[in-house]
Amino acid sequence: MGAVRDAFRRMAEVDAGPTGLNCILWTDEARALADAAAVDAIPATGTLAGVTFVAKDNIATTHLQTTCGSRILEGYVSPYEATVITRLRDAGAVLVGKTNCDEFAMGSSNEHSAWGPVLNPVDRTRVPGGSSGGSAASVAAGIVRIALGSETGGSVRQPASYCGVVGVKPTYGRVSRFGLVAFASSLDQVGVFGTTVRDAAVALEVIAGRDVRDATSEDRPVDRYSRAATADLRGVVIGKPREYFPKTLDPRVAKLCDDALDGLRARGAEVRDVSLPHTDLAIPVYYIIAPAEASSNLARFDGVRYGLRITADGLRAMYESTRTRGFGAEVTRRILLGTYVLSAGYYDAYYKKAQEVRTLIAQDFREVFAAGAHLLFTPTTPSPAFEFGAKSDPYEMYLSDIFTATANLAGVPAISVPIGDVDGLPVGGQLMASHFDEQMMFRGAFALEASHAEAT
Amino acid sequence: MSAASDYEMVVGLEVHVQLLTRTKAFCGCSTAYGAPPNVNTCPVCLALPGALPVLNEEAVRLAVRAAHALSATVNETSIFARKNYFYPDLPKGYQISQFDKPLAEHGKLDIGMNADGTPITVRITRIHMEEDAGKSVHDRYAGATAIDLNGVPLIEIVSEPDMRSAREAGAYLRALKQVIEYTGVSDANMEEGSLRVDANVSARLRGETKLGTKTEVKNLNSFSGVERALEVEFARQSDVLARGGTVTQQTMLWDAIRGEVRPARSKEGSHDYRYFPEPDLPPLQLARAWIDHARAELPELPAAKQARFLADYRLTPAEIEVLTADQSLSAYFEEVARVDGDAKGAANWVIRDVRQLLNSGATLATLKIRPPALAQLLALVRDGTVSHDAATKVFAIASENGDAPLDIAKRERLLQERSQDALAGWVDQVLAAYPDVASRFRAGDKKLLGVLVGLVMKASKGRADPKAVNQLLSARAAAGE
Amino acid sequence: MAIGPDDVRHVAALARLAVPESQLPELVRQLNGILSHMDVLARVNTTGVMGAAGVGDAAMPLRADIGPPIPLARPLESFAPQTRDGFLLVPRLATHESSGDDESVE
Repeated sequence: MGAVRDAFRRMAEVDAGPTGLNCILWTDEARALADAAAVDAIPATGTLAGVTFVAKDNIATTHLQTTCGSRILEGYVSPYEATVITRLRDAGAVLVGKTNCDEFAMGSSNEHSAWGPVLNPVDRTRVPGGSSGGSAASVAAGIVRIALGSETGGSVRQPASYCGVVGVKPTYGRVSRFGLVAFASSLDQVGVFGTTVRDAAVALEVIAGRDVRDATSEDRPVDRYSRAATADLRGVVIGKPREYFPKTLDPRVAKLCDDALDGLRARGAEVRDVSLPHTDLAIPVYYIIAPAEASSNLARFDGVRYGLRITADGLRAMYESTRTRGFGAEVTRRILLGTYVLSAGYYDAYYKKAQEVRTLIAQDFREVFAAGAHLLFTPTTPSPAFEFGAKSDPYEMYLSDIFTATANLAGVPAISVPIGDVDGLPVGGQLMASHFDEQMMFRGAFALEASHAEAT
Repeated sequence: MSAASDYEMVVGLEVHVQLLTRTKAFCGCSTAYGAPPNVNTCPVCLALPGALPVLNEEAVRLAVRAAHALSATVNETSIFARKNYFYPDLPKGYQISQFDKPLAEHGKLDIGMNADGTPITVRITRIHMEEDAGKSVHDRYAGATAIDLNGVPLIEIVSEPDMRSAREAGAYLRALKQVIEYTGVSDANMEEGSLRVDANVSARLRGETKLGTKTEVKNLNSFSGVERALEVEFARQSDVLARGGTVTQQTMLWDAIRGEVRPARSKEGSHDYRYFPEPDLPPLQLARAWIDHARAELPELPAAKQARFLADYRLTPAEIEVLTADQSLSAYFEEVARVDGDAKGAANWVIRDVRQLLNSGATLATLKIRPPALAQLLALVRDGTVSHDAATKVFAIASENGDAPLDIAKRERLLQERSQDALAGWVDQVLAAYPDVASRFRAGDKKLLGVLVGLVMKASKGRADPKAVNQLLSARAAAGE
Repeated sequence: MAIGPDDVRHVAALARLAVPESQLPELVRQLNGILSHMDVLARVNTTGVMGAAGVGDAAMPLRADIGPPIPLARPLESFAPQTRDGFLLVPRLATHESSGDDESVE
């Protein structure tokens, strides 16, 4: 219960008011305290007994709203709970709030929420990243140590990098999507933020594993990721893909990456230059596939069974008024784009083509791992957090995902770990591993974290 | 002279069949018929945010069985796809169906015979799985449409445009319904909604091989309705073409009350469903061994049963058609024939008397007279224990109380009397009562034998065995009595 | 491929979104800007490459034909915008043909 009180105290300090971070949307302090008391009363403890956490507002919870940062779900309280929430609660964790996010997880800055932007705790004139900006900020601001977010193109790793916390995207199919409001079903995964690599690892251990309610979740054993920490990386081969270190990369970011790699070498790892030749196609591919699937996933928001309904003259008018008023500009743009690339006459040139190129992107990863690399290391983002309003052109905003979207397209697990600052702003280093090899990924992450701690 | 005779009707049919599963296609909600609206719902079939589909394995099993029954090739890998459109009875805003790579392809169904004995075959392009949308009720509440959500698993059976007349379309539907019923995968009842038909029809000049522009006819409610609608629409199209016009590709709706087709009020052109592979469902993989095993498990289908009846029971084609129309009726008949040994007799009783009971509302399952009892009755008739007339009475009583025919006959004193004493008694009685006839008979007028038998039958209130009476009288005449 | 105002109107109708005419030019511009970046894909040789239907290798897991269904913590009536006697209500369809398959509202 103490942890709960601390969380709410911290929320009051940083989140509320005109200069507040605006990272927490919905809370119920009395309920959280009651949940904590119940956990405290049980002698046998779960792995996360009494640990507080927050969850992104696109994850279904039964006692706090789930609005996905959108007016179209204003006031909606889900009558069922996401599997990941159940697993965390079963392990004794206590949910203290739902966090702000870009509407329906579409965005890279948390500027597209119906409930206002989230501020970066490190520098409140800057974005925290997105779409899971609220969860990243909650951890960075010390409200909680663990937060759930969601990943589609980098929506956990990128804000983790911008806010200076750890962010994990599991292998596609590692964690149940049941209860995660779908954005792009073939890319979405629930992701985890942690103050430390260990925090994130413990949380992932709890939520990972097959769920019969999600036909895309795979039946694979879940390792003890929290035990992956080791000082010894001998025998581990780390690939440095040249496409993520272009000449245009900010030299300060490049330097931090080199320092990080030195730290891994010092632990015995071998670093090799590798190539993922189709990397530059990732953003076009992503921005065809994701909006296409989203346009279909968001068709259920029609005012018939839940959420906003704007009564109008006739059914068609009701659909249009509800959806037009309920969705924000970015979501509208992506639905239009997605509908277009699926429509008759354009499907082959856009969607079908994008899925084929996606196969090539995934193949790049398979080949590099088959050739002997255990891990890949890249910067998480080309630069640190940008200022509010700095990226007004949609495509420019999409480019923030340039180093992260490949992992979603290929399905491989990826993690961002803080590796230093540029002008006082945090920057993350990214490790990627092959499918379902989170164990190796965490091994590298622990080492990265440790070596960074030694250096500072 | 109607334009229609210069033109040939070309018909393809899309038939949706609801599968008899206990739960829905993608969730564990019950499919029980008659439940109050929206009572059997869950996050998945309500399409709540974050819900995901998981496919029902029994639906797959039944779909595969239907595919085998229609001689289609079952694909080891098939892919589900989203068919995107907005309608209030479609909660997700898309229907999970199959597009490229359906469950099964290249099937066929024989629907009759040509004059030369060759079968009339309709090819089946594909059979795929999908989920049913809900029901919309438009006239219950003023100004509103009421929605009752569904989610029952369906198979869609798409035929090639192989039918050339409304009659062939009707024959196809009846044969299809029969085959489906035999497999047990569906009730296949159009009136109840477990079988639905959309028709594609076009017209072309006789002799032309290219297909004309087709229209889709919907809102069909019965097989005869399908036949009528096709005639009407074909006549309309022929008329248009005969005047030099072109047929517009569009959806037409059948109005059974007025006997008309009229265009559905929708935008021109076909709908853009924006099909793409369903990302929430990995490809369905079926092992070749499992597929083959499912084919081996097929029950005997109508065509095979009919051929077997012809060979084993020597019944007429007309008799066979009636007996095999319904699988449970054919099973009932066979059990009687098996126990009794006289297939012809069994056929007569089943075709006439059993079916008469069914027509007045009984079902085979609840029929009180079971096959062994009917077989017993047939044996009693055959060995003369009861007369045919008496048997009819016994049958009627047995169908009400389910008692054994022999017991009924005894109880109701319907046993045919054959004891010489009893017969002699009646004969004497009659001879005494009609001395004139008696003396003429004794004098040798053999024609009076029939009259006397009739009189004895009357005296015995029908209980005397006429053959035995005949024998007795003949013996007496021969002996000069 | 350039996308024009008619394309946007058509696609908006398909998606049941009402785009005010005043916003149309800007939207067309933005969408064209985004789509222009996709042209690079046309130059990629994907002969013989199968589209990634998903990234997993596993086959579809099936569900036994039994319940119980996933429970609802609150009944439909508590969160649906309009219900009556258990039915969900929507404004009466402009075309009220009884066929459930009828997409005449499209």
